[in-house]
Amino acid sequence: MTTETETPLLAVRNLSMRFGGILALNNINFDIKQGSISAMIGPNGAGKTTVFNCITGFYQATSGSIYYQDGDSTINLVQVLGEKLHFKYVLNPRQLASRLYYKMFGGSHLVAQAGVARTFQNIRLFREMTAIENLLVAQHMQIVRNPISGVFKTPAFRRSEQAAIDRAHTWLEVVGLEDDANRLAGELPYGHQRRLEIARAMSTGPKMICLDEPAAGLNPKETEELSNLIRLLRDQHHVTVLLIEHDMGMVMDVSESIVVLDHGEVIAEGTPHEIENNTAVLAAYLGEDYSTTVAAPDGTGAEGNPQETNNS
Amino acid sequence: MSLQQKISLRKALIDGFWSGLLALVIFGPISGLVLQGYEVRNELIRPLLMALLVGGGRFLVSCFAQSEKGKRYVDGLAGKRGAGVTVASLKKGKYQYLVIPVLILAGLCLPFVLGKYWLTVVILALIYVLLGLGLNIVVGLAGMLDLGYVAFYAVGAYTLAMGAQYFHLGFWTLLPIAGIGAALFGALLGFPVLRMHGDYLAIVTLGFGEIIRLVLNNLLDITGGPNGASAPPPTLFGLEFTRRAKQGGIPFHEYFHISYSPTYKYIFIYLVLFTIVCLMILFVTRLKQMPMGRAWEALREDEIACRSLGINHVTVKLSAFMMGAMVGGTAGMFFATYQGFINPSSFTFFESALILAIVVLGGLGSTVGVIIAALVLTILPEVLRDFAEYRVLMFGIAMVLMMVWKPRGLIRIKRRAFNAKGVTS
Repeated sequence: MTTETETPLLAVRNLSMRFGGILALNNINFDIKQGSISAMIGPNGAGKTTVFNCITGFYQATSGSIYYQDGDSTINLVQVLGEKLHFKYVLNPRQLASRLYYKMFGGSHLVAQAGVARTFQNIRLFREMTAIENLLVAQHMQIVRNPISGVFKTPAFRRSEQAAIDRAHTWLEVVGLEDDANRLAGELPYGHQRRLEIARAMSTGPKMICLDEPAAGLNPKETEELSNLIRLLRDQHHVTVLLIEHDMGMVMDVSESIVVLDHGEVIAEGTPHEIENNTAVLAAYLGEDYSTTVAAPDGTGAEGNPQETNNS
Repeated sequence: MSLQQKISLRKALIDGFWSGLLALVIFGPISGLVLQGYEVRNELIRPLLMALLVGGGRFLVSCFAQSEKGKRYVDGLAGKRGAGVTVASLKKGKYQYLVIPVLILAGLCLPFVLGKYWLTVVILALIYVLLGLGLNIVVGLAGMLDLGYVAFYAVGAYTLAMGAQYFHLGFWTLLPIAGIGAALFGALLGFPVLRMHGDYLAIVTLGFGEIIRLVLNNLLDITGGPNGASAPPPTLFGLEFTRRAKQGGIPFHEYFHISYSPTYKYIFIYLVLFTIVCLMILFVTRLKQMPMGRAWEALREDEIACRSLGINHVTVKLSAFMMGAMVGGTAGMFFATYQGFINPSSFTFFESALILAIVVLGGLGSTVGVIIAALVLTILPEVLRDFAEYRVLMFGIAMVLMMVWKPRGLIRIKRRAFNAKGVTS
């Protein structure tokens, strides 16, 4: 990992998201290091999934930027979704052209093509397609998809298809679903569906994978397996993992850095150990009383200040 | 003995009683009271007998449905054995490779056996097969409800008529142009509606279908409006199938020194159309196994997931629309050449509804199902010509029964199975 220098893979800067009168995200700032396993936690309604949707391009952020390090160049993931057009850009044709281009052809698929894959809180598999077909669809952008070569089954097309099938089998093996290759995704048991969704996201060949509550509905044994799988993805397949999770045991076990959100703001950022002892986090989870009566004597409130942690 | 115990006679009797009562209510006024001159004659014994017959029949059906065999039969009809989709087994049937060549051979021999009337019926059926295959791409595979599919059919038909009228082009030159032209119209429709889903998309496409028809109807100077336009028949290497050459070639029968028969033209159209249909089936089958077809199906299943995988839903939807339109345009072209004359009244909403019915009844996404449904829905009304007045009624009843028993269509979709790792197909 030579690229693991100072530049973070993902840098969220001043991200705000407004739904009508509700400010769901208020000036969010955090970094995701290359090759790290990070978690995002927070009470229900804190805006975790909203951040996720902004990163993966499903929501257009109201303001702010998300800088994604793609090789040597940096992409602003907010920009590729197509920002609003204003009259002021008429004077700046280059800006106008780029905005027009992204307005017409931009979208969340560009974020995914840049290398950010994701899974969903409520599983979104292609239910009436087989498990292996799910993984083949995920490789859509990497294989020969010229319709003419497909209709005539040219050698190049056959090779590319066979390679895709082999890759799909490899991923099924990684997540332990090789026996379910030819079963419909919708008929698989819940735990298998979760793993298949991760395999599908990984089949796109991402640099970063965002897992939205991957352990929801899994039993302790399955959660343990999932933790191992996440580590394996990072260690052997060199992806950066960002996950939202409510299972604190798993979060503390697997993640290297944690971002805590509450009411649309980052209230803490740090290693699991730091977060465990953070008063602001404890207050957010256990109520204000807790912080004043029990946790205050510790005097670790400084970490709770978002400005300090983020500007460092 | 055990069989006897399971059948509840009480339930069967109740079923029979209610059916009989319903029959009495329905048939009572219809056949019980006979209007003669100014008097109403009372013949209530007739509906009573009918009701008894219906009630008795229902009783027997109810008894049968409760038996083991009946249960299995009903379950089979209702498609309760698993969902609508299954995965094919890797093992091929013994005669599977034989079926397709035999069918093709039979199809090629068919026109020489049939009379002219039935030949025209079969040609029309094949046109609907083509339309069904095309709409199946849009509705069955990509999951976009298109109620204006007839627009592309019209574009194809009018391309032939207008191209022949204004540019003096022949059938074969216009065949690819009609397909491409319809595909371009598909793109034209596709662009504004790409961000729509389900019902909204259906309404917009419905509007588009009507717009095309109204434009054709009102562009009097160009299309001839309701007066229609004539379309040229196809030629065989310059040989024409009319009694006298109209397109500057030699009539077919004169070249071969045989007597003229209008059937030749239909035989030729049939053979060309049959070839095109076979090619199209091959094309659609291949499409399903290609990244493009897989992306369509994935889009039908979950658009958001598709986007999260880097698939541009706009181009995928557009490609489905264009591909569907292209097939529809080709079908329209054959319709025009087979009729020899077209006018906008052939391209009403009813046609769109019929094509959609073909796709839905056949089983969304199933090629074989769509072919069977297209053949049944076009040939059945011809067979039922004797019951002319009840045709639409029977059609409706058949559809209701289908939707109750086989909501997922005639043919259950079988997904392709992939070999295990390391085994190349």
